[in-house]
Amino acid sequence: MQQQDLILGNKTMTSEQTHAETVAAPGRAGDRIFRRLTAFFALSILAILLLMIWQMTRESLPSITAFGGKFLTGSEWDAVQEEFGALPFLFGSVISSVLAILLATPLSVATALLITEIVPHRLGSAIASLVELLAAIPSVIYGLWGVLVMAPWLQRSVQPWLVDHFGFLPFFEGAPYGVSMMAGVLILAVMIVPIITAISREVLLAVPRSQREAAVALGATRWEAIRIAVLPYGKSGILGAVILGLGRAIGETMAVTMVIGNTPQISWSLLSPAYTMPSVIANEFAETTAKIHTAALMEIGLILLAVTLLINILARLLIWSVTKGQKQGAA
Amino acid sequence: MKSLTFRHLTNGVVTLLMVLATLAVLTPLGLIFLHILKMGLSSISLDFFTQIPKPTGESGGGMANGLFGSGLLILMASIIGLPVGVLGAVYLTEFGSGKLATAIRFSADVLAGVPSIITGMVAYSLIVVPMKGFSALAGAVALSLIMIPIVLRTTEEQLKMVPGTLREASLALGVPLWRTSLKVMLVSAAKGVVTGILLSIARVAGETAPLLFTALGNQFWSKKLTEPIAALPLQIFNFAIAPYEDWHKLAWAGALVLVCIMFALNLGARMMGKTQRLN
Repeated sequence: MQQQDLILGNKTMTSEQTHAETVAAPGRAGDRIFRRLTAFFALSILAILLLMIWQMTRESLPSITAFGGKFLTGSEWDAVQEEFGALPFLFGSVISSVLAILLATPLSVATALLITEIVPHRLGSAIASLVELLAAIPSVIYGLWGVLVMAPWLQRSVQPWLVDHFGFLPFFEGAPYGVSMMAGVLILAVMIVPIITAISREVLLAVPRSQREAAVALGATRWEAIRIAVLPYGKSGILGAVILGLGRAIGETMAVTMVIGNTPQISWSLLSPAYTMPSVIANEFAETTAKIHTAALMEIGLILLAVTLLINILARLLIWSVTKGQKQGAA
Repeated sequence: MKSLTFRHLTNGVVTLLMVLATLAVLTPLGLIFLHILKMGLSSISLDFFTQIPKPTGESGGGMANGLFGSGLLILMASIIGLPVGVLGAVYLTEFGSGKLATAIRFSADVLAGVPSIITGMVAYSLIVVPMKGFSALAGAVALSLIMIPIVLRTTEEQLKMVPGTLREASLALGVPLWRTSLKVMLVSAAKGVVTGILLSIARVAGETAPLLFTALGNQFWSKKLTEPIAALPLQIFNFAIAPYEDWHKLAWAGALVLVCIMFALNLGARMMGKTQRLN
C-alpha cells in the first residue's frame, strides 16, 4: 500500500508539482501516521496476550522454585504452614468440567440439530435467540440462583433420594449438603449449553445444502440425512464447540465458587463438597498475607491459563477448519 | 436394509429426543427468570437505587454505590479498551492480509477465551501491586482486557461488510486512505460497530471475577479512582453468600436490575444490528 502511494505521488510530482505538494503530500503523511497508529493498537492485542503469559509466569516463579513438581501432586493446602499442593483443585476442576461437558454436549448438539434441521426456520431462530439470552446472563446470577434455589432443592429432594437408592455406590456416598460437586456440575452444564449450542448451530449452518439434499434424494429420512450427511461434515466443528465449552467450564469462576462447597478434598462422591482452581483464586487471592501464598495462587492461575490457551487454540483451529470456507474467519 | 417402518420409527424417536433435549435446555432459563422476577420484584424498592448497604444486621439499604461504581468502571474500561479494539480492527481491515494480521486475529480469539479471573490476576500484578492498593483503576483495566478482543472482532466483521465499491469510490476521488477509512468505512459501519460495543459492555457489566482483587468492592461511596470501588455484580456475590435473609433479598433485587440492564443492552444491540442489515 505504501509503495503504491509513493509511485502515485511521484507521478503527480513530475506532472504538476505544486498541486502534488498541496494535496498529495499531506495525504501521504496522514496515511503513514494512520498506518502506524492503527498498527500500534492492533499489535497491542498480541502484546496483551504475551504480557499475560509473562506476568503470570514471573509472579508464580517463587512457588515454582519452592515446590517444583510437588505442587501438582501434593494435596496439602495450608496457608499457615506455607505448604501448597494443588492436586485437590486440579481434581475438582477436571472432574467438574468433564462431567459438565458429558452432560451438556448431547443436549446442546440435539438442540442445535433441532434448530437447524428439523423445525421451520423462524421457530429455529426464536429458540436460538432464547439460548443466546441464556448465554448473556452473568455468571454471578447463575451462582445466586444456584446457591439460593438449586442447592437447597438438591439437598431437600434429589440427594436424599440418591442416597436412599444408590447410596451403595461410591459416587453417592455421604450426607446431602446441597452445595457439592453435583451442584457445581449442574450449574456448569447449564452455563456451557448455550455456548456449545450456538457454535454447533453456526457449524451446522455452514454445512452445504447439497449435502442434505443428496441424502434426502436417495430416500433417507431426516435423521438418516443428519447422521449420514450433516454430522460427518460438521463433526470437527462440533468437536471444536465442545472443546471451547470445556475451556469455558474450566475457567468458570463465580457460579462454581458459590455452589461447589469450597473444600479442598479428593472425593469420588458427587455429594461431597469440592474445590476448583478458579474458586480457590477467587476466595483466597485478595486476602493473602504471605508472598509464597500469592505465588502459589499465581501458579494455579498459570496452570489455568496454560490449559485454557491450549484448549482455545485447538478449538479455534477445529472451528476455523469448518466455517472458514463459508465466512472468512468468523467463529 | 432395515424396514421402512423401522426407519421412520427411528426418525420419530430421535426427533422426540431432540425436542426433549431442547426443553431440558430451556427449562433452567425459565426457572432462573421466574425466580429473579419473583424474588427481585418482591425485594426491590426505591431504596435500592438511592441507599448504600446497611451494616450487618440492620435491614434495608440499597446498592446505589454499586450501580454507580459499575457505571464508572464500565466507562473507564471503555475509554481504555474501545480505541484499541476499534482502531485495531481498522488496521486489520486496511492492512490485514499478512501473517501478522492472522496472528493478531488468532490472539484476539484466544484472548477472548482466557478465563476472566486471569485478567483480574494480571491487572492485580500490573496495577494493584505497584500502586500498593486495590483501586477502581485496576478494575477498569481488568475489564478493558475483556472488552478489547470482543470489540476488535465484531468491528472487523462489520467493516468487512461495507461494500468495497464505497471505499474505492472514495479513494478514486483522491481522499487519503486514512480519511476514507475513518470517514467512509467506519461511518458506514457505525451501527454495526456500536452493536459490537454494546455487546462488549453487556459482557463486562456482569463480570465479577476480575473485580474481586482489583476493584475489591466498597461498602461506601468511593471518592477517588485510586480507592477500592463498589460494583453491582460484586455486591450480588457478597450478599448471596452471606448468611442473612435481608442480604439475600438485596442480592435478588440486584440480580433483577443487572439482568434488566443486560437485556436492555442486548436488545439495543440487536435492534441496531437489524437496522444495519436492512440498509
